[in-house]
Amino acid sequence: MTDKIFKQLLFVLSLIVLFITAGMIYSLVSGSLPALREFGIFHFISSSEWDPKAENYGALPFIVGTLLTSFLALLISLPFSLSIALFTGEYYKNSRFSRIISSFVNLLSGVPSIVYGLWGFYSIRPIIINMGISSNGLGILTSSIVLAIMIIPYASSLSSEFLGMVPANLKEASYSLGSTRLEMIRNVMIPYASSGVTASYILALGRALGETMAVTMLIGNTNNLPSSLIATGNSMASIIANQFGEADGLKLSSLIAIALLLMLITAFINLIGKLIIRRFQ
Amino acid sequence: MEIKNNIIMSLKDLSVSYTEGIYAVKDVTADLLDKNITAIMGPSGCGKSTLLRAINRMHELYSNIKVTGEINLKNNNVLKMNPMSVRKMAGMVFQRPNPFPTMSIADNVMAGYKLNGIRKSKSEREEIIKNSLTDVGLWNEVKDSLNKKGSFLSGGQQQRLCIARAIALKPEILLLDEPTSALDPIATSKIEDLLLELKKQFAIIIVTHNMSQAARISDSSMFMYLGELIEYDNTKKMFTNPSNKKTEEYLTGNFG
Amino acid sequence: MVCVLSSIIAIPLFSIVWKVVSKGYKQISLEFFTQNIPNSWEASLALKSGNIIPGGIAPGITGSLFMVAIASLMAIPLGITIGVYLCENPNNKYASIVRFISDLLQGVPSIVIGLITYSWVVTTLKSYSALAASVALTIMMLPMIIRSTEETLKMLPNSLKESALALGASRIKTTYYVIIPSAFSGIFTGILLSVSRVIGETAPLLLTSLGSSSINWNIFSPTSSIPTLIWDFYNDPNLLNMVWSSSLILLTIVFVLNYIAKTVSQSRNN
Repeated sequence: MTDKIFKQLLFVLSLIVLFITAGMIYSLVSGSLPALREFGIFHFISSSEWDPKAENYGALPFIVGTLLTSFLALLISLPFSLSIALFTGEYYKNSRFSRIISSFVNLLSGVPSIVYGLWGFYSIRPIIINMGISSNGLGILTSSIVLAIMIIPYASSLSSEFLGMVPANLKEASYSLGSTRLEMIRNVMIPYASSGVTASYILALGRALGETMAVTMLIGNTNNLPSSLIATGNSMASIIANQFGEADGLKLSSLIAIALLLMLITAFINLIGKLIIRRFQ
Repeated sequence: MEIKNNIIMSLKDLSVSYTEGIYAVKDVTADLLDKNITAIMGPSGCGKSTLLRAINRMHELYSNIKVTGEINLKNNNVLKMNPMSVRKMAGMVFQRPNPFPTMSIADNVMAGYKLNGIRKSKSEREEIIKNSLTDVGLWNEVKDSLNKKGSFLSGGQQQRLCIARAIALKPEILLLDEPTSALDPIATSKIEDLLLELKKQFAIIIVTHNMSQAARISDSSMFMYLGELIEYDNTKKMFTNPSNKKTEEYLTGNFG
Repeated sequence: MVCVLSSIIAIPLFSIVWKVVSKGYKQISLEFFTQNIPNSWEASLALKSGNIIPGGIAPGITGSLFMVAIASLMAIPLGITIGVYLCENPNNKYASIVRFISDLLQGVPSIVIGLITYSWVVTTLKSYSALAASVALTIMMLPMIIRSTEETLKMLPNSLKESALALGASRIKTTYYVIIPSAFSGIFTGILLSVSRVIGETAPLLLTSLGSSSINWNIFSPTSSIPTLIWDFYNDPNLLNMVWSSSLILLTIVFVLNYIAKTVSQSRNN
């Protein structure tokens, strides 16, 4: 094979990535058209009826379910992941302790989603029930808690990297003016790394949005609009996982429309996160 | 002094430009001799490395570099040949020693053959390895570690390994781009002695920013300045009695 | 304060490991690895008499290995080659588009990929299959391998490529005999990490390979995998106790893969 052919082969192979993505978008769009045409895009997104008998489907409960759980998870994870990031990126940087914390976080990131779901069901759910928060222990809150634990590793390792990028001479300048460590972190480090850290959390949000198994097992699987944090509901991912089995016709098309929506939201969030990072660099 | 050796390579109006109208090398014309060490020297940015890399067409790895003129190696215009064939005829040694980290010492020496898909029998392979390593003075030091990777070798030894790798292909000429600038003085002097030995087999062109190195080992020297070949002559003559004023200024340290 | 909040992370980790190990170890035996999935009725009998549920998850173990292996066969050569392409063309506009799309692909939720693969492969072949699952897993592995290949290659010194080319080697030979071997440990780490991620994926497999009651080596038939078995066990009150031992196996595999990846990347940095 000559070099010229090799170069062309590389080019052709790289097209595969584009084809897969384009094919994906095409399949999602064409699959959702029946439902979107039937209900109209706007109505579909804003309706909270999910009635298989009347063949009337609306995606609002699930959109809300996804957004609620993901944002709540982000909120819950914030103090912990930020602490870990500060711990490993600044305090105790390169110390044995920080390496231990890093390896714990690393191990957590490897735990499969279904195992998180199991653990959430058998360990977290009893706690929620015992605390009297909810009678069946399932719902938005429970799934958000487990989701938060799932995204802590991702959020903390990303933001730790950004915090680590703060140049030493800036930190030294702050100390030489007599600041304490906390003041230095608040006034120098965080402002400097703020866009990177923000981007890390946006990307972690992107991860949370797409999470399926753990949420499916903990959110209660009811198709209504969640009325409070302890209410049960469904997320976009979990409704697809639950109802895909025997779905066909309009129902299938609605599920595909939900998948399309999920993909668009996730892509959008990830895009924003990546753009911020690019600006930072 | 009469130069009795044959001409191995002649450059004719060789010019290399990066962008329109900006020349890194301008209209260089020179005949280079076989079994001779020719040094190319000059201040930073004078185009000496560019000139060297034009000979084995390494510049083609980077786009928008234009080369005009002729480089005739044994009556073939290098610029019109298949670049890979050219590179088999012109061995190159770089500034930083760079033996292939994933190959053993023996495989490094034979890398030229392997990368070109040239098969050699076991006995031929052993002969090539032994000869090349002996020629660079490494054989006794590594003969028991041929299958080990070269990372344990010192900088000077690694550079000699790279030279062995280049000469194993039996090239017509050896191109060296500041081969000792990353080495300590002892390693440097070993390599210089090595080159003096090797010139009995190959034509050697060495780019150097160290004019005393040029004075020590080269038979002929080229002085370049701002892309132009200012003077090209027998080294002894150029250093003791340079014909061009610029050359004299450079040699007496008045600039560069 | 920061110390306390950070150390709290140990709690969920230990809790998960403890739960899985303590509830799962009883079921672990040679039979567990080699026998077929018990059916619901056998399990209810065992439960009533207080015995360990008979049977094992052999179909799941073989299925997981089978599908991940096929996915790797597809994703690894393709991913490495595309990574090489991207590294060779850092400034090319087209290459930046490919890089961007690859990043986009990485963020697509696994259930959406499962859905797509269902409509491409399962409906075409008119059956759930290991092939469909492998395709889904390949799509998930690809961006990770591409990215880690490109990043590793970017860190190699330029002189490496130049010395190979200076010996007269063609571009292809330079890539495959010099560049990729030198980047091997970085690429290997990327591969290990992507394998450890997909081996635990459940959602896409539920939609593509479904599951079977016995060991299956037919690429066109439904196949079990450890995660889907866990899901099946979870949904069957009689088989519920099997979830812990299966999770134990899965967790061990994932932790071991991550450990190997970490060791390889650390030895490279030294």
